[in-house]
Amino acid sequence: MKFAVIVFPGSNCDLDMYHAVKDELGEEAAYVWHDETSLEGFDAVLLPGGFSYGDYLRSGAIARFSPIMKAVEKAAAEGKPVLGVCNGFQVLLEAGLLPGAMRRNAKLTFICKQTELEIKNKSTMFTTGYADEETITIPVAHGDGNYYCDETTLKKLKDNNQIVFTYKDDINGSVANIAGITNENGNVLGMMPHPERAVDDLLGSADGLKLFQSIVKYWREQHAITS
Amino acid sequence: MQLLHEPSPQMIKDEKIYQEMGVSDTEFQMIEDILGRLPNYTELGLFSVMWSEHCSYKNSKVLLKKFPVTGEKVLQGPGEGAGIIDIGDEQAVVFKIESHNHPSAIEPYEGAATGVGGIIRDVFSMGARPVALLNSLRFGELKNPRVKYIFEGVVSGIAGYGNCIGIPTVGGEVQFDPCYEGNPLVNAMCVGLIDHEDIQKGQAKGVGNPVLYVGASTGRDGIHGATFASEELSEESESKRPAVQVGDPFMEKLLVEACLEATKHPKLVGIQDMGAAGLTSSSAEMASKAGSGIEMNLDAVPQREKAMTPYEMMLSESQERMLLVVEKGSEQEFISLFEKWGLMAKVVGQVTDDHRLKLIHQGETVADVPVDALAEEAPVYHQPSIEPAYFQEFQSQAGYRPEVADYAGTLKDLLRQPTIASKEWVYEQYDYMVRTNTVVAPGSDAAVLRIRDTKKALAMTTDCNSRYIYLDPYEGGKLAVAEAARNLVCSGAEPLGVTDCLNYGSPEKPEIFWQLEKSTDGLSEACEALATPVIGGNVSLYNETGKGAIYPTPVIGMVGLIHELDHITKQSFRQTGDIIYLLGEAKPEFSGSELQKMTEGRIFGPSPVIDLETEKQRQQDVLKAIQSGNVQSAHDLSEGGFLVALAEKAFGTPFGAEVTLPDADVLSAFFSESPSRYILTVKKENKAAFEALIPEAQAIGTVTDAAEIRVKDKQGAALINERVQPLEDAWRGAISCYLKSKD
Repeated sequence: MKFAVIVFPGSNCDLDMYHAVKDELGEEAAYVWHDETSLEGFDAVLLPGGFSYGDYLRSGAIARFSPIMKAVEKAAAEGKPVLGVCNGFQVLLEAGLLPGAMRRNAKLTFICKQTELEIKNKSTMFTTGYADEETITIPVAHGDGNYYCDETTLKKLKDNNQIVFTYKDDINGSVANIAGITNENGNVLGMMPHPERAVDDLLGSADGLKLFQSIVKYWREQHAITS
Repeated sequence: MQLLHEPSPQMIKDEKIYQEMGVSDTEFQMIEDILGRLPNYTELGLFSVMWSEHCSYKNSKVLLKKFPVTGEKVLQGPGEGAGIIDIGDEQAVVFKIESHNHPSAIEPYEGAATGVGGIIRDVFSMGARPVALLNSLRFGELKNPRVKYIFEGVVSGIAGYGNCIGIPTVGGEVQFDPCYEGNPLVNAMCVGLIDHEDIQKGQAKGVGNPVLYVGASTGRDGIHGATFASEELSEESESKRPAVQVGDPFMEKLLVEACLEATKHPKLVGIQDMGAAGLTSSSAEMASKAGSGIEMNLDAVPQREKAMTPYEMMLSESQERMLLVVEKGSEQEFISLFEKWGLMAKVVGQVTDDHRLKLIHQGETVADVPVDALAEEAPVYHQPSIEPAYFQEFQSQAGYRPEVADYAGTLKDLLRQPTIASKEWVYEQYDYMVRTNTVVAPGSDAAVLRIRDTKKALAMTTDCNSRYIYLDPYEGGKLAVAEAARNLVCSGAEPLGVTDCLNYGSPEKPEIFWQLEKSTDGLSEACEALATPVIGGNVSLYNETGKGAIYPTPVIGMVGLIHELDHITKQSFRQTGDIIYLLGEAKPEFSGSELQKMTEGRIFGPSPVIDLETEKQRQQDVLKAIQSGNVQSAHDLSEGGFLVALAEKAFGTPFGAEVTLPDADVLSAFFSESPSRYILTVKKENKAAFEALIPEAQAIGTVTDAAEIRVKDKQGAALINERVQPLEDAWRGAISCYLKSKD
């Protein structure tokens, strides 16, 4: 399976994403520079964390106009797995691929630490590997992670089972402690915590690995059916 | 704007305008002699920044010569952007520390942020990939609202820059003392990794080779920053806010990636960052090091503002700029390379063979001075030195011993002292994990980063207990180096080398110069004894306000090599039943201790004395024991002494400790800060093996399932019986408590 790691000017978790896929997951990965226009040949798309365009104007607000975003939208429409982490999540929100918006953390300071997440939907293509877990430990590192959406959207998210991860404790003021959501189709996941930083026990947690393994499992099943 | 009407050379001399730029009468005469004529305003500007203490070390050079700077693993000592030490397998570690104290006192966010940006450029200009940031911070007491403002601003400035650029901030230290109230210290350190073949030098070689200006355009920010850093802070300093630069970490992120690509290009001749004294220092130093000259056309310099004068362009400290020299004919290749990253690269001059820095502006030669005179021939001063009266008084005050009735209460109070309390409030604002190599995060004795695709890891720390250096600069200097090395050893690393940031008051005061002299003696001796050469650093003098000088604060940044990932050791308890060992003896010495500071509100008396032979022996023993796989956890005893260290070992774990004190002198055993001491834990089954390796370690207790700290004396009487949780809460919450408090 081949993963695209999108690199915007200012992305800085691209390397972590790449190594998580290549070294820990054992699948193929390649960097795709923001001014490319095609994601042909890739089976899944990863939008890494960082500070695309320095977070100037608003996190993700400039990156969403990068040429590659058209191809990301296409991949999303085709049902391919699209994962946006941290700044990647913010780009997906700005691009309208996911509902809601990000605000400054409630305490107004950047926050970096291991956090406990509750898994609210274990049946997405990103979470089937977590069948036995109630909570997992995955780190966050963000200044703008305070997720916001209005009542109607929240109800929709709940009704459609689009809320995938919530923080066990309120760390940043997010509506309903939301840490990660999917689109209605369930193939686009945006999350503030960094699963690519939790793929090796040496660094404190390997709980993120199952997320990537779930994607591979899903792809293999699809691939087996179609071929 | 006054600068549009620059004074004539004769006016500069007659009205002594040079004095405003920090140039003395004698120095002005020297400049006149060097040039054989009067300097014009631009030329005077060049000399004034290059001869400032910040750039020339004119007051500290005589002392810096004492440092051991060589060793078989040293690939690059002081003199380049950063020092380099071999770590085997054709790889090397590059590191340097630098101060940004004065800018941070005036404008804490940008001052700290640009301090981080500057040190990163020093490291990648060597061709190295920056892999970690550390810092060492000093503030006044957290009760003063201005101090809180500076503290919060500095921390968020460091976070803002480091997080955005995507280099993890993995460690550091923060201390609070009234002497830093108006003059905080912000020292930033960067560590990089490099393959031997990629090592670059900042040299302008090859007559006719083009000089490329890369990165952000030049504005009027930071003009005379280096001069500003070389004088005392006063009420007028606020008006020097324009001397504080503004950082753009996004630009620097692009600059890092583009420059690292450029350093792999075979046609790159030399590269240097435009740090202090910007375009002036980078051009003059690159030419001086190569024995060449540079001619620059200032009209080609990208300018952010209209009508900038040569003086302004040359003295601007606008951030995120680099100067490159490339082989003639290859300039377009480099320009394209930088364009790919959205960065501007322009040819602004060429290398000459006349050993001069020649500046052309609007068709006229506006400066023509010998490069060596700027870069190498600054005057060197040996300032007079006098042993201060306070020192003589302290030396006669031996035997201070506080009364402590309630050990548990005192422990809790100590844990709440801002210098000892958890720095979580600080480091949770730093992305310490990005690039996924951080094995030991902030909060342990040293930070540890794995080196990808190898079995090795790097340990790094910054350290300086300035209280001891104030009490006794010579002993304190030794203590600072020893503690840094001890921290690395506790994490399983072999200490490799040192970068130092010497923060002091005005060297023109004999008492301050004496502190500099004595402490550098101590530092040198310890670096020699522990085989950790000084491979670079920075001097920051004139750290004074109207209320006086800061404590002498030579911050030690030290990096060590962990040969096998298995050797990585943390400070926390690991397992119930493990045996707790104490290594080293507590002497009845409390002067300069946290307990004295807390009890008396000030420090006085003679500093503890360290025996470097013992220190070295214990470091070797502990490292050997760790490397042989017999140590579960290791923590050195520092501020607060044994009880604080024991409690810290329990924090963040479900465990507690049951200990019987071997010493009769309970007060010393609990609170003395005698050096060269460790608490180690060892699995029961490794008892014999461990004791064979370190026979002098005393088994004093065990790690328990019950989360309690229980300490008895030799006779079995209970001295402490405390649950860990309330202690941990006090320790963890103290800093945010001080910040919220309205007192």
